[in-house]
Amino acid sequence: MATTHTRVLAARAIAAALTIIAAAAICSIPFWSTPSGAADKSRLTIGMSQYPATLSPVFESMMAKAYVLAMARRPITVYDQDWRPTCLVCTKLPSLEDGTAVWETAENGDPGIAISYTLNPAAVWGDGTPVTTDDVLLSVEIGQDPQTGALNAELFRRIDKVTVQDDKSFTLHMNKRTCNFENIAGLALLPNHIERPIYEADPQSYRRRTAYDADPTNPGLWFGPYRVARVAVGQSILLERNPSWWGPEPYFDEIEVRAIQNTSALIANLLAGDIDMIAGELGLAADQALGFESRSGDDYQFLYKSGLVYEHIDVNLDTPSLTDLRVRQALIHGIDRQAISEQLFQGKQPVAHGNVNPLDKWYDPDVPKYDYDPTKSVELLKDAGWDAGPDGIRVKDGERLTLTFQTTAENKTRELVQQVIQNQWRAIGVEAVLKNEQPRIFFADTITKRAFDGVVMYAWLSAPESIPFSTLHSSQIPTEENAWQGQNYPGYNSPEMDETIDRLETDCADEDQRVLWSDLQARYARDLPVLPLYFRAEPYVLPKNMTGLRPTGHQYPSSLWVEEWRLTE
Amino acid sequence: MLSYTARRLAESLLVLLAVSFASYILIGLMPGDPVDLMFADDPEITAEDIARLKALYGLDRPLLERYGHWLGNAVSGEFGYSRLYQQPVGDILMPRLLASLQLLGTSTVLGLMLAIPLGVLAAARANSATDYGINLFCFAGISVPPFWLALMLIAYIAVPVAWIPAGGSAEPGSGMLETLRHMLLPVLALTLAEIGGFTRFMRGAMLQTLGQDYMRTARAKGASARRQLFGHALRNALLPLVTVIALSFGTLFSGTLITEAIFSWPGMGVMIYEAIMGNDYNLALIGLMIATAFTLLANIAADIAYAALDPRITARGGDDGP
Repeated sequence: MATTHTRVLAARAIAAALTIIAAAAICSIPFWSTPSGAADKSRLTIGMSQYPATLSPVFESMMAKAYVLAMARRPITVYDQDWRPTCLVCTKLPSLEDGTAVWETAENGDPGIAISYTLNPAAVWGDGTPVTTDDVLLSVEIGQDPQTGALNAELFRRIDKVTVQDDKSFTLHMNKRTCNFENIAGLALLPNHIERPIYEADPQSYRRRTAYDADPTNPGLWFGPYRVARVAVGQSILLERNPSWWGPEPYFDEIEVRAIQNTSALIANLLAGDIDMIAGELGLAADQALGFESRSGDDYQFLYKSGLVYEHIDVNLDTPSLTDLRVRQALIHGIDRQAISEQLFQGKQPVAHGNVNPLDKWYDPDVPKYDYDPTKSVELLKDAGWDAGPDGIRVKDGERLTLTFQTTAENKTRELVQQVIQNQWRAIGVEAVLKNEQPRIFFADTITKRAFDGVVMYAWLSAPESIPFSTLHSSQIPTEENAWQGQNYPGYNSPEMDETIDRLETDCADEDQRVLWSDLQARYARDLPVLPLYFRAEPYVLPKNMTGLRPTGHQYPSSLWVEEWRLTE
Repeated sequence: MLSYTARRLAESLLVLLAVSFASYILIGLMPGDPVDLMFADDPEITAEDIARLKALYGLDRPLLERYGHWLGNAVSGEFGYSRLYQQPVGDILMPRLLASLQLLGTSTVLGLMLAIPLGVLAAARANSATDYGINLFCFAGISVPPFWLALMLIAYIAVPVAWIPAGGSAEPGSGMLETLRHMLLPVLALTLAEIGGFTRFMRGAMLQTLGQDYMRTARAKGASARRQLFGHALRNALLPLVTVIALSFGTLFSGTLITEAIFSWPGMGVMIYEAIMGNDYNLALIGLMIATAFTLLANIAADIAYAALDPRITARGGDDGP
């Protein structure tokens, strides 16, 4: 009996001791403490919320892929951080002035243009094979082959033929004149010595057999500052220095890119030191980053770059109440976009006054602007015949001014903005009925087939100097007859706008372009087929001592200049 | 027993066929298709290109025709390529399946090792402070949202303790210790989530068993408390737990989804979810088939085990089978 009692006492003592130790351990843990790891020169670990579906530069358009590949290979040309076209693999951009771009007549008799490039003489693939015009020819061949399903079909359709001067110099003969002809980022160089035999064996299945996915650690596939050293499918990609790199030496020995889809887990991984930085291109939403900054702002460097992701509200111009311009003007005057920008995003996501970003070369600062003015909204609505009803909602001919307001469900930022706008519209007598949908349904059915009868909020992604043909030209209104082709979802039909857009494609003199772009922006603001909201910002969370990373704000990622990234001591 | 097992396996094949059909049709009816998703980030893609690519990938063909084509290939062992990873489906699936089994197997074993003694203790001291304490712990485990628990584990363990990773899996060839290090938090999260249910079930089964006549007989014969609990009650109370364990395999993939997502664990749950959302037909369908097959096989195994463990039950091929 005494033995049993002693045993019980001993067990209780041990249990009590363990409890005390556990409690002490728990109490000593600081919640969201300082980072336990720190980046060093040997390896930089980047977290982002998406994993690339492929490492082939010619299939699938994904930012995750562009981000990773930018460190291991380079487009011939891109737009730089200042949104100017620039050479990365060529020696200079073609221009009409020095004869490297020449107007000519295309094979089909249409006005065309011949543009000449010279590849950087030092450029070599990771296995030492020089980058040559053979690689250009293969890239064009694969791009033009309808069996491959390659990206950038529009660019390859424009190429009539390629003439080769030598191993490094070539001319593209384009069957369509465009004003921003110098940018051929869509022509992704492929290593002829590796990919040609794979492609020629069976063009239709080339997509599945490309060495970029079958043998991604083959050094001969890469010609950037880094090359792919290891791929853990769905999880991470490790890049190591490319000994054959022909540009400035990068700082980090290795870069690992990890995909962590859940953004809370992304932050937790950063705090735990498992990752060193969060990519702005594919990481946190601005409001999430701002919240994180308020808690851990001293431990990291936060950069915000607003760019080409343009949040806006499309208006269905076939809905009777919305055909009246005064109602659309009332709606935009009724939204306090400045307050939304400042209160929700601390000004990091600036108000958009049109579809052209202020960083774009053709932005017109004199574009008409709609300030928050609810009094004016009320006047405009009254003027349009909408008088206040008994519950404050305006009525005309017995019909209430009620709009269905749709956006993507589960996008917390959008839903928050939507609720703010709903309240502000209610204050001017407009009832917004919220009806949000899963992104797949929203984008695949509701938007694409114009199955909304009120307004829809979402974002456009465009490129610098991108002419909004598909979104504003009247030929691009999706209908059942044209199999829902086109992206002019508001149903905007303006012959004047059509003419401006058509001329933007062909009138290339700088002064003509400036006039046409100004006209486009003024007409967009005047007709209000779309209510502009704000330009989204990409938040970068970096180590405190990191320098050299310059966000771009457009579709060409910051990692294209990875060799400039450094850590200060 | 053999004919019973054969019949159950044949029935399972029919279920698999039905699930494959339903899954294919449901995924196919979802708005958007692979081509829409492939070029979602391409601002310069034209509607004509989209139409051409849909024809190239056969997405313009009727859904039933596409299903027939897929089924024919699948039956001949050709599972196709994953759209999301550009790899043969088998190459993607096997490591993921092993990773999920590794996680779920470890957490289930750990969960049972803790839940069985806790359940027995709670039943033996029913309505005491110990019982209430165990119940509180169980309800906390059942009620806490998995994503919250996972994030708290990262915040309170991975952040301050540098050697415990917040997510991911060990690099290939990095050894057992590295693997265990990466498994620590996800296994802990899953184990804590599982213990509650198992313990409550064990407690209930034990209480029921302790009230049986044969337990009264054992007590009357002067069996010690330990012998009553472990020699008589536990063996009988464990029988229904076999079914619960088998059913828990049904959640092999769905149940670990959130844990896998938060800890970036490369398992089946996240993979199936991503494949469905990404319209990766080949990967999603084979993943769902495997999940279904596991559930069916686990149930057959449970029935057979039940019959083997309980002499009162026999497994026969007729209607009176288990």
